[in-house]
Amino acid sequence: MRSALPGFAIAIAVLVAGLLFAFTVGRYPVSLTELMQVLTAKLTGGRSSVSQAVESVIMQVRGPRVLAAAMVGAALAVAGTAFQGLFRNPLVSPDILGASSGAALGAVVGIFFSLGVVAIQALAFAGGLFAVAAVYLIGSAMRTRDPILVLVLTGVVVGSLLGAGVGLVKYLADPYNQLPAMTFWLLGSLSAASAADLLPLFGPVALGTSVLIALRWRMNVMSLPEEEARALGVSTGPLRIAIVAAATLTTSASVATAGIIGWVGLVVPHLARALVGPDFAKLIPAAAILGGGYLLLIDTLARTVAEVEIPLGILTAVIGTPFFIWLLTGMQRNWS
Amino acid sequence: MRLEGRALSIGYPGHVVGCGLDVALDTGEVLALLGPNGGGKTTLLKTLLGLLTPLAGAVRLGGKALGDYSIGERARTIAYVPQVHVGTFAFTVETVVLMGRTAHGSLFSRPSAHDHEVAAGALARFGIAHLSQRPYTEISGGERQLVLLARALAQEPRFIVLDEPTASLDFGNQGKVMAEIRALAASGHGVLFTTHDPNHALRAADRAYLLREGTQIAEGPVAQVLNKTQLEALYRAPVETVVDAAGKTAFLPG
Repeated sequence: MRSALPGFAIAIAVLVAGLLFAFTVGRYPVSLTELMQVLTAKLTGGRSSVSQAVESVIMQVRGPRVLAAAMVGAALAVAGTAFQGLFRNPLVSPDILGASSGAALGAVVGIFFSLGVVAIQALAFAGGLFAVAAVYLIGSAMRTRDPILVLVLTGVVVGSLLGAGVGLVKYLADPYNQLPAMTFWLLGSLSAASAADLLPLFGPVALGTSVLIALRWRMNVMSLPEEEARALGVSTGPLRIAIVAAATLTTSASVATAGIIGWVGLVVPHLARALVGPDFAKLIPAAAILGGGYLLLIDTLARTVAEVEIPLGILTAVIGTPFFIWLLTGMQRNWS
Repeated sequence: MRLEGRALSIGYPGHVVGCGLDVALDTGEVLALLGPNGGGKTTLLKTLLGLLTPLAGAVRLGGKALGDYSIGERARTIAYVPQVHVGTFAFTVETVVLMGRTAHGSLFSRPSAHDHEVAAGALARFGIAHLSQRPYTEISGGERQLVLLARALAQEPRFIVLDEPTASLDFGNQGKVMAEIRALAASGHGVLFTTHDPNHALRAADRAYLLREGTQIAEGPVAQVLNKTQLEALYRAPVETVVDAAGKTAFLPG
């Protein structure tokens, strides 16, 4: 069997590079030595000889943002991997069932009513879950021979309705105070990530990812046509609910923290599949590691390449769109 | 063991495809299902597999209603070989065959060492052990058909149901698959397959079941059922019979 070890080594190398890059590069450069000293001092409980300012840059300023970026990247990549398998389509992204548009509506409503950060995040999280639940209920209420297609189309329709809702709230919003905040949120950013965000992000992401890892073999079978999977002894209906719920949990938690960051959940699963193959037992961990490293690199670029911070959603789109077109041209050859 | 449908009405909610169908298959025998396109072959197949619920009548497996089996028990008793398709993801041939072991494991388990042995045995039986690490998406149509047969065998079922196993195969591979179908019956499996070629039924099946527009035209041993008159009635088209010196029969359309 082709070993997946080299693939995992590359994914881990990307993650380590992302971590080092994110900790050391920025308006206040930190050397590798300083980083190591602070981290070993923290781990061993000793005192470091590094200045207080450097220590606070590493621990208070960059630390939470680095951890949040790694988790959000991992969450989006894992959710994308799950949805691509479930919908048997490699061009699917985690917001296919409306998780992002639901979260967006929740967040802009929160900003409109001038709620606090925690409430806005909670509304975004709930909005994502409600949107996907609505899509799922409407989709399964229709009796059809192709439940997957109906689900995707329902997701498109509901997503577009929620998008109209977002447009309405933006139209009604105060153009000087609220509108910039909404726009900023809708483009995705980790600049506001704080230590307080980490636990609400970690909980759902860890839970959703664990469920998907536990179901890894059944997910392989679920990527076969519906009736074939059932003939192999898989209860496709309940399993589909479990996978959608787990992937939506991780997506909604990351969108609530970082706003809408497209393309990561589409691009990273492909790269991971190229590294370790399509078996979900290896693919899910590989996508998580690679997704974390990928978003760390992007986020570091976002805060360093220009005078002002570039929204993450814009950078991921600039990288993701050409990648998507390249994928399409590759697939064309296989389309009969 | 017997798989049988009695007084079956088949189809989808609001759309009856066929009715009054009686069909039975015992372990150790091969039944061929013939008929024009749109006549209900695939619908009948899916009903017998338990993938579709009969609109009326009942499917029984070993004397017990098929609906009373759990989905796992059913998969350990009846295997389904769909028409050859290209998968979305490039799983290895071994992984595809191991998927046949799913119903032998629990919800969260991975294939065990024993599952790997069974899969390797199934690959060896069809002479494709050398393909085991190749991506399923990159092998030929004939090889894919054999991989799907190996996957069905890895389920360790009593019955194997095949949907047009020869439809996308070249001439040589068609003969090979027919021979494997005979071999499966010889090893005690009950085999049901659909085909567009009466010669395949004549060659590989013990009995034939002729289905037109959802109605049973004839059913019985191939030597009795497959003749010019029945086939012309089945397809509403002229059929020629060719008999060689040894008395072997073949049919030609037109």
